[in-house]
Amino acid sequence: MAKLTSLADAVATQIHDGDTIAMEGFTHLIPVAAGHEVIRQKKRDLTVIRMTPDLVYDQLIGMGCVKKLIFSWGGNPGVGSLHRFRDAIENGWPHPIEFEEHGHAAMASAYAAGASGLPFAVLRGYLGSDLPKHNLKIRTIECPFTGEILAAVPAIRPDVAVIHAQKADRAGNVLLWGIVGVQKEAVLAAKRSIVTVEEIVDDLGAPPNAVVLPSWVVGSVCCVPRGAAPSYAHGYYARDNAFYKRWDGIARDRETFGAWMRCNVIETGDFDEYEARIRAHADA
Amino acid sequence: MPDYTSDEIMTVVAARQLANGCVCFVGIGLPSAAANLARLTHAPDIVLIYESGTIGSRPEVLPLSIGDGELAETALTVVSVPEMFRYWLQGGRIDVGFLAAAQLDRFGNINTTIVGDDYAHPKVRLPGAGGASEIATSAGEVFVMLRQSARAFVAKLDFTTSIGYAEGGDSRARFGIPGKGPTRVITDLGILTPDPRSRELTLTGIHPGVTVDQVRAATGWALRVADTLEITKPPAAAELSSLRDLHARTKRAHGEVAA
Repeated sequence: MAKLTSLADAVATQIHDGDTIAMEGFTHLIPVAAGHEVIRQKKRDLTVIRMTPDLVYDQLIGMGCVKKLIFSWGGNPGVGSLHRFRDAIENGWPHPIEFEEHGHAAMASAYAAGASGLPFAVLRGYLGSDLPKHNLKIRTIECPFTGEILAAVPAIRPDVAVIHAQKADRAGNVLLWGIVGVQKEAVLAAKRSIVTVEEIVDDLGAPPNAVVLPSWVVGSVCCVPRGAAPSYAHGYYARDNAFYKRWDGIARDRETFGAWMRCNVIETGDFDEYEARIRAHADA
Repeated sequence: MPDYTSDEIMTVVAARQLANGCVCFVGIGLPSAAANLARLTHAPDIVLIYESGTIGSRPEVLPLSIGDGELAETALTVVSVPEMFRYWLQGGRIDVGFLAAAQLDRFGNINTTIVGDDYAHPKVRLPGAGGASEIATSAGEVFVMLRQSARAFVAKLDFTTSIGYAEGGDSRARFGIPGKGPTRVITDLGILTPDPRSRELTLTGIHPGVTVDQVRAATGWALRVADTLEITKPPAAAELSSLRDLHARTKRAHGEVAA
């Protein structure tokens, strides 16, 4: 059964140095507050998985939490590069990281395979692409019925899945809607999970067929309003596109990045304090 | 001087390629502007699909990312990302995949992965494949849109992220690829289409005021030029005002939310 707890407690008890963690969210509902808490608690040697690593992964990489990244698109959408991600791969700063690269179709299928308890995913993918030459985990399999050669990739089975959702009830059942990405698959594929939510309610009011994660598949539930900002929570607040543009300037330079992280993440106690500081800077 | 920019004519010409009612899997950036311009002008019944899972999006403003709330709020429905790639793309429901590229070669193969010759230690690390490697093969056909320059139109790709016509001729077929491949490339200088036999991209259309020499200079290989070169119709007033209104609305929307 899910345990309702503070985010600091959930990260301290569920995430250990050396773990494999999927902090998922496809533009929407990105678990930013949880990522910050991982940085504050100085977790190290993490293998981090994400289809679309964005700002919070840039921060995890730049702050030295990451040993290995498994991903399929690493950029600041509509803006440009993730500078900390690039600096790590191009220059080995703050230390060299390993990376395993896929396409979206394969990663989405690999999460579904993980949730299904299967060892691998199969897809008609990577035809003619150079990626399989460099990622030796992308292999082929012959269809036993038609003889067609298809791509196979190992299932994703993280130690911990971390997601953000709109609502949980007091028993820890979780409801999310809008662009739901691969979050259901990530939680079902993982051994443990942390879900931050906008609010905790008496009654979820989930329509049939809604994306609901029952309490008994969820580890920790933490109430963190605005915990996905600067991404967004459908029905609660909009994506802060202006901040995504500002991030480009903050992350481009190692020292500017370090100072920003110290001031806004390391030296703040929680996400409320972080947001207050960000707002104060924006108004200044 | 024309009363439009080179980006504007590129976007208008790219929009014109999309037929009303077609199902288009939209890449972010330039393709998203063109696909939405098509919807706002001649193709009101076009179905726009974004890889974040939105089907039938009708955004008022252009999304900055592939998953802005605007896309979900205006969609007919939103599906999970595994469903999007498995049922809708791999399942063969997409007519046109509309992609951007960092590098393109003469056979329409695309690189969005690295610049440099060492994959593990690239000179520039680009974002990677995202959905493009499978959009390029599973969509019925592919349109590519990018600004033309010798840096982008290269003789040899540093990395093949998404396949076009491979080494040309019928070499794409040996991969067992269902889709037709890149049937047109729209740039700020003109339109390139594959030669029916060799599949080499050939300049078949040119924008008003652009010279063939200019296009050759912006191409990193010896560019083939069609015997009869079609001159693009300049943007009509209605096309331009739709595009400019869309960009103005987008600018206001992206600036208005303070941190």
